[in-house]
Amino acid sequence: MSEMIHDVGDELAAAVAVPGEITYRTLDQFFTFIGGTTMLLGRALAYVTRVAVDARDTIAQMSSIGVASLPIVLVTVTFSGMVLALYSAQTLVTYGFGGMFVGGAIGLSIAREMGPVLTAVVVAARAGSAMAAEIGSMKVTEQVDALRALAVDPVQYLVVPRLVAAVVMLPAITILADVVGTAGGYIVAVINGVPGGSFMSSLQSFVDPGDVTKGLLKTVFFGATIAIVGCYEGLQTTGGATGVGRSTTRAVVLSIVLIYISNFFLAYVLFGGRTAGV
Amino acid sequence: MSGKTVLRWLDLEVEQGETFAVMGMSGVGKSTLLKCISGLLRPTGGEVIVDGVDIARLSETRVREIRRKIGMVFQYAALFDSMNVFENVAFGLRRHRRMSERELRAAVVERLALVGLSGTEKLMPAQLSGGMQKRVGLARALALDPPILLYDEPTTGLDPITAATISELIVRMRDQLGVTSVVVSHDIELIKRVANRIGMLHRGKIITAGTREEIETSDNPVVRQFLEGSAEGPIKL
Repeated sequence: MSEMIHDVGDELAAAVAVPGEITYRTLDQFFTFIGGTTMLLGRALAYVTRVAVDARDTIAQMSSIGVASLPIVLVTVTFSGMVLALYSAQTLVTYGFGGMFVGGAIGLSIAREMGPVLTAVVVAARAGSAMAAEIGSMKVTEQVDALRALAVDPVQYLVVPRLVAAVVMLPAITILADVVGTAGGYIVAVINGVPGGSFMSSLQSFVDPGDVTKGLLKTVFFGATIAIVGCYEGLQTTGGATGVGRSTTRAVVLSIVLIYISNFFLAYVLFGGRTAGV
Repeated sequence: MSGKTVLRWLDLEVEQGETFAVMGMSGVGKSTLLKCISGLLRPTGGEVIVDGVDIARLSETRVREIRRKIGMVFQYAALFDSMNVFENVAFGLRRHRRMSERELRAAVVERLALVGLSGTEKLMPAQLSGGMQKRVGLARALALDPPILLYDEPTTGLDPITAATISELIVRMRDQLGVTSVVVSHDIELIKRVANRIGMLHRGKIITAGTREEIETSDNPVVRQFLEGSAEGPIKL
Protein backbone atom coordinates (compact mmCIF):
# COMPACT_ATOMS: atom_id res chain seq x y z
CA MET A 1 0.00 0.00 0.00
CA SER A 2 2.67 2.48 1.04
CA GLU A 3 4.57 1.43 -2.06
CA MET A 4 1.53 2.28 -4.17
CA ILE A 5 1.24 5.70 -2.58
CA HIS A 6 4.94 6.15 -3.20
CA ASP A 7 4.49 5.24 -6.89
CA VAL A 8 1.62 7.68 -7.25
CA GLY A 9 3.73 10.32 -5.56
CA ASP A 10 6.56 9.69 -8.00
CA GLU A 11 4.20 9.94 -10.94
CA LEU A 12 2.76 13.19 -9.64
CA ALA A 13 6.24 14.57 -9.12
CA ALA A 14 7.17 13.57 -12.66
CA ALA A 15 3.98 15.14 -13.99
CA VAL A 16 4.66 18.44 -12.23
CA ALA A 17 8.28 18.39 -13.33
CA VAL A 18 7.52 18.00 -17.02
CA PRO A 19 4.26 19.73 -17.93
CA GLY A 20 5.64 20.11 -21.45
CA GLU A 21 5.84 16.35 -21.80
CA ILE A 22 2.20 15.97 -20.68
CA THR A 23 1.02 18.65 -23.11
CA TYR A 24 2.99 17.01 -25.87
CA ARG A 25 1.48 13.60 -25.11
CA THR A 26 -2.08 14.98 -24.98
CA LEU A 27 -1.64 16.79 -28.29
CA ASP A 28 -0.02 13.70 -29.78
CA GLN A 29 -2.99 11.54 -28.69
CA PHE A 30 -5.44 14.14 -30.00
CA PHE A 31 -3.87 14.31 -33.45
CA THR A 32 -3.41 10.54 -33.60
CA PHE A 33 -7.13 10.13 -32.90
CA ILE A 34 -8.19 12.75 -35.46
CA GLY A 35 -5.84 11.36 -38.11
CA GLY A 36 -6.71 7.73 -37.37
CA THR A 37 -10.46 8.22 -37.48
CA THR A 38 -10.30 10.36 -40.62
CA MET A 39 -8.22 7.72 -42.40
CA LEU A 40 -10.56 4.97 -41.25
CA LEU A 41 -13.55 6.93 -42.56
CA GLY A 42 -11.77 7.48 -45.88
CA ARG A 43 -10.93 3.80 -46.28
CA ALA A 44 -14.49 2.76 -45.39
CA LEU A 45 -16.01 5.31 -47.79
CA ALA A 46 -13.75 4.02 -50.57
CA TYR A 47 -15.48 0.62 -50.23
CA VAL A 48 -18.91 2.27 -50.05
CA THR A 49 -18.35 4.22 -53.28
CA ARG A 50 -17.24 1.01 -55.01
CA VAL A 51 -20.44 -0.62 -53.69
CA ALA A 52 -18.23 -3.25 -52.06
CA VAL A 53 -20.67 -3.61 -49.17
CA ASP A 54 -21.80 -7.00 -47.86
CA ALA A 55 -25.61 -6.72 -47.80
CA ARG A 56 -26.12 -9.59 -45.35
CA ASP A 57 -23.64 -8.25 -42.78
CA THR A 58 -25.05 -4.73 -43.15
CA ILE A 59 -28.64 -5.87 -42.57
CA ALA A 60 -27.50 -7.86 -39.53
CA GLN A 61 -25.84 -4.72 -38.17
CA MET A 62 -28.92 -2.61 -38.95
CA SER A 63 -31.14 -4.96 -37.01
CA SER A 64 -28.63 -5.09 -34.19
CA ILE A 65 -28.36 -1.29 -33.96
CA GLY A 66 -32.12 -0.83 -34.35
CA VAL A 67 -33.25 -3.57 -31.99
CA ALA A 68 -30.63 -2.67 -29.43
CA SER A 69 -31.38 1.04 -29.39
CA LEU A 70 -35.02 1.61 -30.35
CA PRO A 71 -36.76 0.88 -27.01
CA ILE A 72 -34.33 3.03 -25.00
CA VAL A 73 -34.44 5.82 -27.58
CA LEU A 74 -38.25 5.88 -27.52
CA VAL A 75 -38.40 5.91 -23.72
CA THR A 76 -35.74 8.64 -23.45
CA VAL A 77 -37.19 10.96 -26.07
CA THR A 78 -40.80 10.42 -24.94
CA PHE A 79 -40.05 11.36 -21.34
CA SER A 80 -37.94 14.31 -22.46
CA GLY A 81 -40.86 15.55 -24.58
CA MET A 82 -43.14 15.07 -21.58
CA VAL A 83 -41.01 17.04 -19.16
CA LEU A 84 -40.54 19.79 -21.74
CA ALA A 85 -44.34 19.99 -22.08
CA LEU A 86 -44.73 20.13 -18.31
CA TYR A 87 -42.47 23.17 -17.90
CA SER A 88 -43.58 25.05 -21.02
CA ALA A 89 -47.29 24.45 -20.36
CA GLN A 90 -46.98 25.57 -16.73
CA THR A 91 -45.21 28.79 -17.67
CA LEU A 92 -47.05 29.70 -20.88
CA VAL A 93 -50.57 28.80 -19.64
CA THR A 94 -50.01 31.10 -16.64
CA TYR A 95 -49.35 34.02 -19.01
CA GLY A 96 -52.10 33.01 -21.40
CA PHE A 97 -49.89 31.87 -24.29
CA GLY A 98 -50.43 28.12 -23.72
CA GLY A 99 -52.46 27.48 -26.84
CA MET A 100 -50.33 29.66 -29.03
CA PHE A 101 -46.80 28.47 -28.24
CA VAL A 102 -46.60 25.11 -26.41
CA GLY A 103 -47.13 22.90 -29.46
CA GLY A 104 -44.62 24.86 -31.53
CA ALA A 105 -42.04 25.00 -28.75
CA ILE A 106 -42.17 21.27 -28.17
CA GLY A 107 -42.31 20.38 -31.86
CA LEU A 108 -39.34 22.60 -32.74
CA SER A 109 -37.23 21.48 -29.78
CA ILE A 110 -37.79 17.82 -30.56
CA ALA A 111 -37.43 18.00 -34.34
CA ARG A 112 -34.30 20.15 -34.31
CA GLU A 113 -32.51 19.10 -31.15
CA MET A 114 -33.85 16.57 -28.71
CA GLY A 115 -34.90 13.92 -31.19
CA PRO A 116 -31.59 13.84 -33.11
CA VAL A 117 -29.21 14.44 -30.19
CA LEU A 118 -30.83 12.17 -27.61
CA THR A 119 -31.19 9.40 -30.18
CA ALA A 120 -27.53 9.73 -31.14
CA VAL A 121 -26.40 9.72 -27.51
CA VAL A 122 -28.43 6.62 -26.71
CA VAL A 123 -27.21 4.82 -29.85
CA ALA A 124 -23.62 5.79 -28.97
CA ALA A 125 -24.05 4.31 -25.51
CA ARG A 126 -25.83 1.19 -26.69
CA ALA A 127 -24.49 0.36 -30.16
CA GLY A 128 -21.22 2.31 -30.30
CA SER A 129 -20.06 0.58 -27.13
CA ALA A 130 -21.04 -2.80 -28.59
CA MET A 131 -18.97 -2.08 -31.72
CA ALA A 132 -15.89 -1.18 -29.70
CA ALA A 133 -16.32 -4.18 -27.39
CA GLU A 134 -16.91 -6.70 -30.16
CA ILE A 135 -14.14 -5.52 -32.47
CA GLY A 136 -11.86 -4.94 -29.48
CA SER A 137 -12.22 -8.50 -28.25
CA MET A 138 -11.65 -9.76 -31.80
CA LYS A 139 -8.49 -7.67 -31.87
CA VAL A 140 -7.04 -8.96 -28.61
CA THR A 141 -7.82 -12.61 -29.49
CA GLU A 142 -6.03 -12.17 -32.86
CA GLN A 143 -9.28 -12.64 -34.81
CA VAL A 144 -8.59 -9.34 -36.61
CA ASP A 145 -5.15 -10.68 -37.58
CA ALA A 146 -6.83 -13.91 -38.67
CA LEU A 147 -9.08 -11.90 -41.00
CA ARG A 148 -6.06 -10.18 -42.48
CA ALA A 149 -4.23 -13.49 -42.78
CA LEU A 150 -7.20 -14.79 -44.81
CA ALA A 151 -6.70 -11.81 -47.16
CA VAL A 152 -9.81 -10.02 -45.89
CA ASP A 153 -9.60 -6.31 -45.03
CA PRO A 154 -11.03 -5.74 -41.52
CA VAL A 155 -12.18 -2.30 -42.70
CA GLN A 156 -14.32 -3.86 -45.40
CA TYR A 157 -15.54 -6.77 -43.28
CA LEU A 158 -16.05 -5.08 -39.90
CA VAL A 159 -16.23 -1.31 -40.38
CA VAL A 160 -18.19 -0.82 -43.61
CA PRO A 161 -21.34 -2.74 -42.54
CA ARG A 162 -21.40 -0.89 -39.20
CA LEU A 163 -20.88 2.50 -40.83
CA VAL A 164 -23.60 1.97 -43.44
CA ALA A 165 -25.99 0.50 -40.86
CA ALA A 166 -25.49 3.38 -38.41
CA VAL A 167 -25.87 6.05 -41.09
CA VAL A 168 -29.10 4.44 -42.34
CA MET A 169 -30.60 3.49 -38.99
CA LEU A 170 -30.00 6.68 -37.03
CA PRO A 171 -32.35 8.86 -39.13
CA ALA A 172 -34.90 6.01 -39.17
CA ILE A 173 -34.91 5.71 -35.37
CA THR A 174 -34.95 9.51 -35.03
CA ILE A 175 -38.18 9.84 -37.08
CA LEU A 176 -39.91 7.47 -34.66
CA ALA A 177 -38.37 9.30 -31.71
CA ASP A 178 -39.64 12.65 -33.07
CA VAL A 179 -43.16 11.26 -33.39
CA VAL A 180 -43.43 9.60 -29.98
CA GLY A 181 -41.61 12.48 -28.27
CA THR A 182 -44.09 15.00 -29.65
CA ALA A 183 -46.98 12.68 -28.78
CA GLY A 184 -45.73 12.42 -25.19
CA GLY A 185 -45.49 16.21 -25.06
CA TYR A 186 -49.03 16.53 -26.42
CA ILE A 187 -50.49 14.33 -23.67
CA VAL A 188 -48.74 16.18 -20.85
CA ALA A 189 -49.55 19.60 -22.39
CA VAL A 190 -53.26 18.72 -22.65
CA ILE A 191 -53.35 17.45 -19.05
CA ASN A 192 -51.79 20.76 -17.99
CA GLY A 193 -54.41 22.96 -19.63
CA VAL A 194 -53.36 23.40 -23.27
CA PRO A 195 -56.31 22.74 -25.62
CA GLY A 196 -55.49 19.82 -27.95
CA GLY A 197 -56.61 21.67 -31.08
CA SER A 198 -54.43 24.71 -30.40
CA PHE A 199 -51.44 22.42 -29.63
CA MET A 200 -51.78 20.91 -33.10
CA SER A 201 -52.28 24.21 -34.94
CA SER A 202 -49.33 25.74 -33.08
CA LEU A 203 -47.25 22.70 -34.05
CA GLN A 204 -48.24 23.11 -37.69
CA SER A 205 -47.54 26.83 -37.86
CA PHE A 206 -44.13 26.69 -36.15
CA VAL A 207 -42.60 23.43 -37.43
CA ASP A 208 -41.57 23.30 -41.10
CA PRO A 209 -40.82 20.01 -42.84
CA GLY A 210 -37.31 21.52 -43.14
CA ASP A 211 -36.91 21.47 -39.36
CA VAL A 212 -37.51 17.73 -39.36
CA THR A 213 -35.33 16.92 -42.37
CA LYS A 214 -32.44 19.08 -41.18
CA GLY A 215 -32.68 17.36 -37.81
CA LEU A 216 -32.49 14.01 -39.60
CA LEU A 217 -29.56 15.23 -41.69
CA LYS A 218 -27.64 15.88 -38.47
CA THR A 219 -28.17 12.26 -37.41
CA VAL A 220 -26.42 11.08 -40.59
CA PHE A 221 -23.27 12.78 -39.27
CA PHE A 222 -23.90 11.45 -35.76
CA GLY A 223 -24.33 7.92 -37.13
CA ALA A 224 -21.02 8.12 -38.98
CA THR A 225 -19.33 9.50 -35.86
CA ILE A 226 -20.64 6.68 -33.65
CA ALA A 227 -19.65 3.93 -36.08
CA ILE A 228 -16.20 5.30 -36.93
CA VAL A 229 -15.27 6.08 -33.31
CA GLY A 230 -16.61 2.70 -32.08
CA CYS A 231 -14.77 0.76 -34.81
CA TYR A 232 -11.58 2.83 -34.49
CA GLU A 233 -11.38 2.30 -30.73
CA GLY A 234 -12.12 -1.40 -31.24
CA LEU A 235 -9.36 -1.80 -33.82
CA GLN A 236 -6.89 0.11 -31.61
CA THR A 237 -7.48 -2.20 -28.63
CA THR A 238 -4.48 -3.80 -26.96
CA GLY A 239 -4.03 -5.46 -23.60
CA GLY A 240 -6.66 -8.16 -23.10
CA ALA A 241 -9.93 -7.76 -21.21
CA THR A 242 -8.79 -4.54 -19.53
CA GLY A 243 -8.00 -3.08 -22.93
CA VAL A 244 -11.45 -4.00 -24.25
CA GLY A 245 -13.05 -2.23 -21.29
CA ARG A 246 -10.88 0.83 -21.85
CA SER A 247 -11.73 0.98 -25.57
CA THR A 248 -15.44 0.61 -24.89
CA THR A 249 -15.44 3.48 -22.42
CA ARG A 250 -13.34 5.66 -24.73
CA ALA A 251 -15.65 4.94 -27.66
CA VAL A 252 -18.75 6.03 -25.73
CA VAL A 253 -17.18 9.10 -24.13
CA LEU A 254 -15.50 10.34 -27.31
CA SER A 255 -18.50 9.80 -29.56
CA ILE A 256 -20.89 11.55 -27.12
CA VAL A 257 -18.53 14.52 -26.80
CA LEU A 258 -18.11 14.66 -30.59
CA ILE A 259 -21.90 14.46 -31.07
CA TYR A 260 -22.45 17.48 -28.82
CA ILE A 261 -19.65 19.51 -30.38
CA SER A 262 -20.59 18.70 -33.98
CA ASN A 263 -24.26 19.30 -33.13
CA PHE A 264 -23.52 22.93 -32.34
CA PHE A 265 -21.72 23.52 -35.62
CA LEU A 266 -24.29 21.57 -37.65
CA ALA A 267 -27.08 23.59 -36.04
CA TYR A 268 -25.20 26.79 -36.79
CA VAL A 269 -24.87 25.87 -40.44
CA LEU A 270 -28.28 24.26 -40.95
CA PHE A 271 -30.42 26.59 -38.89
CA GLY A 272 -28.65 29.79 -39.84
CA GLY A 273 -26.49 31.12 -37.01
CA ARG A 274 -24.84 34.44 -37.79
CA THR A 275 -21.22 34.52 -38.80
CA ALA A 276 -19.03 36.90 -36.79
CA GLY A 277 -18.92 40.36 -38.35
CA VAL A 278 -21.99 39.88 -40.57
CA MET B 1 4.86 1.43 -31.79
CA SER B 2 6.32 1.23 -28.30
CA GLY B 3 9.74 1.77 -29.83
CA LYS B 4 11.32 -1.49 -28.71
CA THR B 5 13.44 -3.26 -31.32
CA VAL B 6 12.52 -6.94 -31.36
CA LEU B 7 14.30 -8.27 -34.43
CA ARG B 8 17.56 -6.88 -35.81
CA TRP B 9 20.11 -8.21 -38.34
CA LEU B 10 17.88 -11.21 -38.79
CA ASP B 11 18.74 -13.31 -41.82
CA LEU B 12 16.69 -16.35 -42.69
CA GLU B 13 16.01 -18.31 -45.87
CA VAL B 14 13.43 -21.05 -46.16
CA GLU B 15 13.60 -23.48 -49.09
CA GLN B 16 10.51 -24.51 -51.02
CA GLY B 17 8.89 -27.66 -49.61
CA GLU B 18 10.81 -27.74 -46.36
CA THR B 19 9.64 -27.28 -42.80
CA PHE B 20 11.80 -24.72 -41.06
CA ALA B 21 11.51 -24.48 -37.29
CA VAL B 22 12.49 -21.36 -35.37
CA MET B 23 13.15 -22.05 -31.73
CA GLY B 24 13.80 -19.56 -29.01
CA MET B 25 12.82 -18.31 -25.61
CA SER B 26 9.37 -16.88 -24.89
CA GLY B 27 9.25 -13.21 -25.83
CA VAL B 28 12.28 -13.36 -28.11
CA GLY B 29 10.22 -12.29 -31.15
CA LYS B 30 9.14 -15.57 -32.73
CA SER B 31 5.54 -14.44 -33.31
CA THR B 32 6.81 -11.07 -34.55
CA LEU B 33 8.96 -12.92 -37.09
CA LEU B 34 5.91 -14.86 -38.37
CA LYS B 35 3.85 -11.69 -38.57
CA CYS B 36 6.61 -10.09 -40.66
CA ILE B 37 6.64 -13.07 -43.03
CA SER B 38 2.87 -12.84 -43.52
CA GLY B 39 2.96 -9.05 -43.82
CA LEU B 40 0.72 -8.57 -40.76
CA LEU B 41 3.56 -6.43 -39.38
CA ARG B 42 5.90 -4.35 -41.48
CA PRO B 43 9.56 -4.26 -40.54
CA THR B 44 10.99 -0.75 -40.12
CA GLY B 45 13.90 -1.81 -42.32
CA GLY B 46 15.10 -4.70 -44.46
CA GLU B 47 13.43 -7.07 -46.89
CA VAL B 48 10.84 -9.83 -46.56
CA ILE B 49 10.81 -11.80 -49.80
CA VAL B 50 7.89 -14.19 -50.26
CA ASP B 51 7.74 -16.11 -53.52
CA GLY B 52 10.16 -13.66 -55.13
CA VAL B 53 8.33 -10.49 -54.02
CA ASP B 54 9.56 -8.10 -51.33
CA ILE B 55 6.44 -7.54 -49.27
CA ALA B 56 8.06 -5.18 -46.77
CA ARG B 57 7.41 -2.16 -48.99
CA LEU B 58 4.21 -3.22 -50.76
CA SER B 59 0.84 -1.56 -50.19
CA GLU B 60 -1.61 -3.38 -47.94
CA THR B 61 -3.78 -4.20 -50.97
CA ARG B 62 -0.88 -5.90 -52.78
CA VAL B 63 0.19 -7.75 -49.63
CA ARG B 64 -3.39 -9.01 -49.29
CA GLU B 65 -3.06 -10.68 -52.69
CA ILE B 66 0.13 -12.42 -51.56
CA ARG B 67 -1.47 -13.54 -48.30
CA ARG B 68 -3.76 -15.84 -50.25
CA LYS B 69 -0.66 -17.99 -50.76
CA ILE B 70 0.00 -18.09 -47.01
CA GLY B 71 -1.96 -20.01 -44.41
CA MET B 72 -1.48 -18.96 -40.82
CA VAL B 73 -2.16 -21.06 -37.73
CA PHE B 74 -2.40 -18.82 -34.69
CA GLN B 75 -1.11 -19.53 -31.21
CA TYR B 76 -4.58 -19.48 -29.64
CA ALA B 77 -6.30 -20.60 -32.87
CA ALA B 78 -8.02 -17.18 -33.25
CA LEU B 79 -11.19 -18.82 -34.55
CA PHE B 80 -14.05 -16.43 -35.32
CA ASP B 81 -16.10 -16.99 -32.19
CA SER B 82 -19.34 -15.74 -33.70
CA MET B 83 -19.29 -18.51 -36.33
CA ASN B 84 -19.48 -22.29 -36.13
CA VAL B 85 -16.69 -24.58 -37.30
CA PHE B 86 -18.12 -24.89 -40.81
CA GLU B 87 -18.31 -21.11 -41.33
CA ASN B 88 -14.81 -20.65 -39.92
CA VAL B 89 -13.33 -23.06 -42.45
CA ALA B 90 -15.57 -21.74 -45.25
CA PHE B 91 -14.69 -18.09 -44.52
CA GLY B 92 -11.80 -17.68 -46.96
CA LEU B 93 -13.53 -19.75 -49.64
CA ARG B 94 -16.72 -17.69 -49.48
CA ARG B 95 -14.69 -14.53 -49.99
CA HIS B 96 -12.09 -15.58 -52.54
CA ARG B 97 -13.56 -18.45 -54.55
CA ARG B 98 -16.66 -18.57 -56.66
CA MET B 99 -18.15 -21.92 -55.79
CA SER B 100 -21.61 -23.36 -55.32
CA GLU B 101 -22.89 -24.16 -51.83
CA ARG B 102 -22.42 -27.87 -52.61
CA GLU B 103 -18.79 -27.42 -53.70
CA LEU B 104 -18.21 -25.30 -50.63
CA ARG B 105 -19.61 -27.98 -48.35
CA ALA B 106 -17.45 -30.64 -50.00
CA ALA B 107 -14.35 -28.46 -49.64
CA VAL B 108 -14.98 -27.81 -45.93
CA VAL B 109 -15.75 -31.47 -45.19
CA GLU B 110 -12.50 -32.45 -46.94
CA ARG B 111 -10.40 -29.97 -44.91
CA LEU B 112 -12.01 -31.08 -41.65
CA ALA B 113 -11.38 -34.73 -42.52
CA LEU B 114 -7.73 -33.87 -43.19
CA VAL B 115 -7.32 -32.60 -39.60
CA GLY B 116 -9.40 -35.46 -38.16
CA LEU B 117 -12.44 -33.43 -37.17
CA SER B 118 -15.19 -34.80 -39.41
CA GLY B 119 -18.66 -34.15 -38.04
CA THR B 120 -17.81 -31.06 -36.00
CA GLU B 121 -19.24 -28.59 -38.55
CA LYS B 122 -22.10 -27.37 -36.36
CA LEU B 123 -20.07 -26.83 -33.18
CA MET B 124 -19.11 -23.36 -31.99
CA PRO B 125 -15.44 -22.61 -31.17
CA ALA B 126 -16.26 -22.25 -27.46
CA GLN B 127 -17.44 -25.89 -27.44
CA LEU B 128 -14.08 -27.21 -28.65
CA SER B 129 -11.01 -28.20 -26.64
CA GLY B 130 -7.78 -26.28 -27.20
CA GLY B 131 -6.37 -29.01 -29.44
CA MET B 132 -9.54 -29.16 -31.54
CA GLN B 133 -9.52 -25.37 -31.90
CA LYS B 134 -5.96 -25.49 -33.22
CA ARG B 135 -6.90 -28.19 -35.70
CA VAL B 136 -9.90 -26.15 -36.91
CA GLY B 137 -7.49 -23.22 -37.22
CA LEU B 138 -5.29 -25.42 -39.41
CA ALA B 139 -8.29 -26.50 -41.51
CA ARG B 140 -9.23 -22.82 -41.94
CA ALA B 141 -5.65 -21.97 -42.95
CA LEU B 142 -5.70 -24.84 -45.48
CA ALA B 143 -8.97 -23.73 -47.08
CA LEU B 144 -7.38 -21.70 -49.88
CA ASP B 145 -4.73 -24.41 -50.57
CA PRO B 146 -1.84 -22.13 -49.66
CA PRO B 147 1.65 -23.29 -50.72
CA ILE B 148 3.03 -21.72 -47.52
CA LEU B 149 1.94 -22.44 -43.94
CA LEU B 150 3.03 -20.54 -40.86
CA TYR B 151 2.52 -22.11 -37.45
CA ASP B 152 2.70 -19.95 -34.31
CA GLU B 153 3.39 -22.15 -31.27
CA PRO B 154 1.21 -24.99 -32.58
CA THR B 155 1.52 -27.16 -29.46
CA THR B 156 1.60 -24.64 -26.63
CA GLY B 157 -0.91 -25.51 -23.94
CA LEU B 158 -1.70 -28.95 -25.34
CA ASP B 159 -1.26 -32.34 -23.65
CA PRO B 160 1.59 -34.50 -25.02
CA ILE B 161 -0.70 -36.79 -27.03
CA THR B 162 -2.61 -33.95 -28.70
CA ALA B 163 0.72 -32.23 -29.30
CA ALA B 164 1.99 -35.38 -31.04
CA THR B 165 -1.12 -35.42 -33.25
CA ILE B 166 -0.47 -31.84 -34.25
CA SER B 167 3.16 -32.67 -35.07
CA GLU B 168 1.99 -35.53 -37.24
CA LEU B 169 -0.38 -33.18 -39.05
CA ILE B 170 2.41 -30.70 -39.73
CA VAL B 171 4.56 -33.47 -41.20
CA ARG B 172 1.63 -34.71 -43.27
CA MET B 173 0.96 -31.25 -44.69
CA ARG B 174 4.52 -31.22 -46.00
CA ASP B 175 4.58 -34.79 -47.29
CA GLN B 176 1.05 -34.96 -48.77
CA LEU B 177 0.47 -31.38 -49.89
CA GLY B 178 4.08 -30.32 -50.43
CA VAL B 179 3.65 -27.07 -48.47
CA THR B 180 6.55 -24.94 -47.31
CA SER B 181 6.24 -24.32 -43.58
CA VAL B 182 7.71 -22.16 -40.89
CA VAL B 183 7.05 -23.36 -37.35
CA VAL B 184 7.95 -21.16 -34.40
CA SER B 185 7.97 -22.85 -31.04
CA HIS B 186 9.87 -23.51 -27.87
CA ASP B 187 8.63 -27.11 -27.83
CA ILE B 188 11.80 -29.14 -28.57
CA GLU B 189 9.87 -32.40 -29.04
CA LEU B 190 7.71 -30.79 -31.72
CA ILE B 191 10.69 -29.23 -33.47
CA LYS B 192 12.58 -32.53 -33.56
CA ARG B 193 9.57 -34.27 -35.07
CA VAL B 194 8.66 -31.80 -37.79
CA ALA B 195 11.69 -29.78 -38.83
CA ASN B 196 13.96 -30.33 -41.80
CA ARG B 197 16.04 -27.41 -40.65
CA ILE B 198 16.13 -25.48 -37.41
CA GLY B 199 17.16 -21.93 -36.56
CA MET B 200 17.89 -20.58 -33.12
CA LEU B 201 16.41 -17.12 -32.54
CA HIS B 202 18.29 -15.21 -29.85
CA ARG B 203 18.52 -11.47 -29.15
CA GLY B 204 16.73 -10.48 -32.35
CA LYS B 205 18.58 -12.66 -34.84
CA ILE B 206 19.01 -16.23 -36.02
CA ILE B 207 22.32 -17.03 -34.34
CA THR B 208 22.68 -20.42 -35.95
CA ALA B 209 20.73 -22.56 -38.39
CA GLY B 210 21.18 -26.03 -39.78
CA THR B 211 19.70 -29.45 -40.22
CA ARG B 212 18.28 -31.22 -37.20
CA GLU B 213 21.48 -33.26 -36.79
CA GLU B 214 23.68 -30.17 -37.06
CA ILE B 215 21.66 -28.37 -34.42
CA GLU B 216 21.51 -31.40 -32.12
CA THR B 217 25.29 -31.75 -32.24
CA SER B 218 25.95 -28.00 -32.23
CA ASP B 219 28.41 -26.73 -29.66
CA ASN B 220 26.90 -23.24 -29.66
CA PRO B 221 26.39 -22.55 -25.93
CA VAL B 222 22.96 -20.90 -26.47
CA VAL B 223 21.68 -23.88 -28.48
CA ARG B 224 23.12 -26.33 -25.96
CA GLN B 225 21.49 -24.54 -23.05
CA PHE B 226 18.13 -24.38 -24.88
CA LEU B 227 18.15 -28.05 -25.90
CA GLU B 228 19.19 -29.18 -22.44
CA GLY B 229 16.69 -26.86 -20.77
CA SER B 230 19.34 -25.69 -18.33
CA ALA B 231 19.04 -22.66 -16.10
CA GLU B 232 22.80 -22.15 -16.34
CA GLY B 233 24.30 -20.67 -19.48
CA PRO B 234 24.42 -17.62 -21.74
CA ILE B 235 20.58 -17.16 -21.75
CA LYS B 236 19.59 -15.25 -18.63
CA LEU B 237 15.99 -14.62 -17.65
